[in-house]
Amino acid sequence: MTLLKELSEARGVSGREDEIRSILFRHIREHIDEHRVDALGNLIAVRKARVPAGAPVPRKVMLAAHMDEVGLMITEITKSGLLRFQPTGGIDPRLLLAKKVLIGDNKVPGVIGVKPIHKLKAEELEQVPKYEQLTIDIGVTTQSAAEALTHVGDYATFDTAYEELGPFAKGKAFDDRAGCAVLVELLKHDYPFDLHAVFTVQEEVGLRGARVAAYSVEPDCAIALEGTIADDLPKKKDVSPTSRLGGGPVLTVMDRTFIAHAGMLRHTIAVAEKHGIPYQFKQPGIGGTDAGAIHLTREGIPSLTIAVPCRYIHSPVALLYIKDFEHTITLVRETLRTLTLDIIRPEA
Amino acid sequence: MDCKEFLQRLSEAAGPSGYERAIRELVAEEFRRYAHDVQMHKMGSVIALRRGDGEEPRRRILLAGHMDEVALMVSKMDEGFLHVAEVGGLDPRILPGQEVIVHGRRELPGIIGARPPHVVTPEERNKVIPLHELLVDVALPPEEVSQWVRVGDLVTFRRPFIPLQKDWVAGKSFDDRVGVVVVGECLSNLAERWKHSWDVYGVATCQEEVTFLGAITTTYGIRPDIAIAIDVTFGSMGDSADGENFQMGGGPAIGYGPNVHPKIHQMLVETAKKLEIPYQIEPLPRGSGTDAWPMQVSREGIPTGVIGVPLRYMHTPVETVCVTDIERAGRLLAAFIAGLDASTMEKLTPRLDVEA
Repeated sequence: MTLLKELSEARGVSGREDEIRSILFRHIREHIDEHRVDALGNLIAVRKARVPAGAPVPRKVMLAAHMDEVGLMITEITKSGLLRFQPTGGIDPRLLLAKKVLIGDNKVPGVIGVKPIHKLKAEELEQVPKYEQLTIDIGVTTQSAAEALTHVGDYATFDTAYEELGPFAKGKAFDDRAGCAVLVELLKHDYPFDLHAVFTVQEEVGLRGARVAAYSVEPDCAIALEGTIADDLPKKKDVSPTSRLGGGPVLTVMDRTFIAHAGMLRHTIAVAEKHGIPYQFKQPGIGGTDAGAIHLTREGIPSLTIAVPCRYIHSPVALLYIKDFEHTITLVRETLRTLTLDIIRPEA
Repeated sequence: MDCKEFLQRLSEAAGPSGYERAIRELVAEEFRRYAHDVQMHKMGSVIALRRGDGEEPRRRILLAGHMDEVALMVSKMDEGFLHVAEVGGLDPRILPGQEVIVHGRRELPGIIGARPPHVVTPEERNKVIPLHELLVDVALPPEEVSQWVRVGDLVTFRRPFIPLQKDWVAGKSFDDRVGVVVVGECLSNLAERWKHSWDVYGVATCQEEVTFLGAITTTYGIRPDIAIAIDVTFGSMGDSADGENFQMGGGPAIGYGPNVHPKIHQMLVETAKKLEIPYQIEPLPRGSGTDAWPMQVSREGIPTGVIGVPLRYMHTPVETVCVTDIERAGRLLAAFIAGLDASTMEKLTPRLDVEA
């Protein structure tokens, strides 16, 4: 889990994934045969087929995990040295009050302030803060002092320590550093086809990296690896959770961006049941992943999404169950080892 | 004394009202270096005595900063998740996404969860999440949670100290660990470089946020001739319409109003001028909302003063303060105390202007 810690604590908001890419490359370089970084910043690594195939297999399989995380971007520096900002990716502004952030490459610490309760009117307590009203305080009182340390355009990230709480792990950006860590582990194993591991950029702003990577890799099929929504807390209304911690890897049947390839899904379920790996389905119609962009690439690519369930994604601090993470690695690995061309062919 | 370092230690420890034990120990350990005697008061305050060199019986001044912090309390358990209630005034809007410590049979780190935007409806997005819908997640199966946690257990913020630029710092519970640091800094200044004839009682009071218990009981017991409360006050955000707020780094705010003896206010201002310590005047048209409020009416009445350290984002885990203001407040009080003599009390008694 030291890799997940390193990835979770590193910073890489959409458009600025450099630090994550370097960490990943350092961890995979011994296990890959080729690599390249494309124009958008995707890291594309190839592990050649190392074992013979028992049956006809796909030539190329692409696995995608996105490197970017949601964050904030500084949009204005006020006369009194406070920083205004807008979100990069989906962050509910109701989560921002009284949080610590790190700004820019120099990791300038700052806090998102809020008027003290003593000075709030009753109706203000009922108001959801708007981005335009929020500021980051870095501890200076003039615009020039702030400009010496930060710039308009700097990204800000949450600052959350990774920590293991019994069988759980706590940290930021598990969406999708959990997927990245799963993919690194998968690169240590042998498959009967060339495995193209793509660590994508800009998923959070519209699945941008996966689209161009899938075009250039041109795989026969693909699996997006994610850290997905759990939302399994007790609720008043009887609504099913999107997924549940401890329920095993999450398989998407359909979300807002694609319908999973039926053959690949059936195969994955069979593998899980054969190996006694717990699994669950993501509640349909919620969210989207790189698979949404990949499956529409060129003439179409059979695709699937397999995810580690995570509570509180897109917030300063998320939680995952380490066994779910391990089961996800095993499930994807076994799914790949037994993946044949028949599975991704259309049904006759 | 290293104010920043002491503030960090106090800030990172947990001490909600009524449960200030951890803070008490840190305060006693530090104050012992500058005081002749340190006692734990039976109701939970810490009293440090630094004796003056005047002849007995000596006059007494009491300095009070409160140790307790606003917090949460477990109010209900739900499938292993915890509902919480406020202890002291908190804005529930700051809670989603915070890390906390649940003080159960053992300390459990927890998260106040927030549902991701993907599953939140547009109607929900425009509403503040009410306190009763927030849940603390301690990452344990339900049966284990009930083994460690009970209704009534306290929950504090888990927020490591944040050094900002230069002498600015942010963190939890600066209200009013800052006041405690000022008391310590004053004692340390007195020990190092000021002769004083009065006895000085540096008190870290308990339960200010709820009933002023510590200030009421220790003031009664000590019977001071003068009492000064040191608390945080509202720091200016610079560009908002906040005329009532105080400049960060502008020096301590010296209170004025019904809760403050006018002569003490005047003496503090004169001391600040003499030492060229920057200061601000804080008008307190009603109660000060500090320990000075009950101290003023202890026994037969006590002349009081109020010192405020400007602080932003009060009652959040990112309270922000300028350490130089803390040092200045400590130095100002030490110089003020050094100036107290046998004639001071006479000057404090209002005179009747009767024609000779």
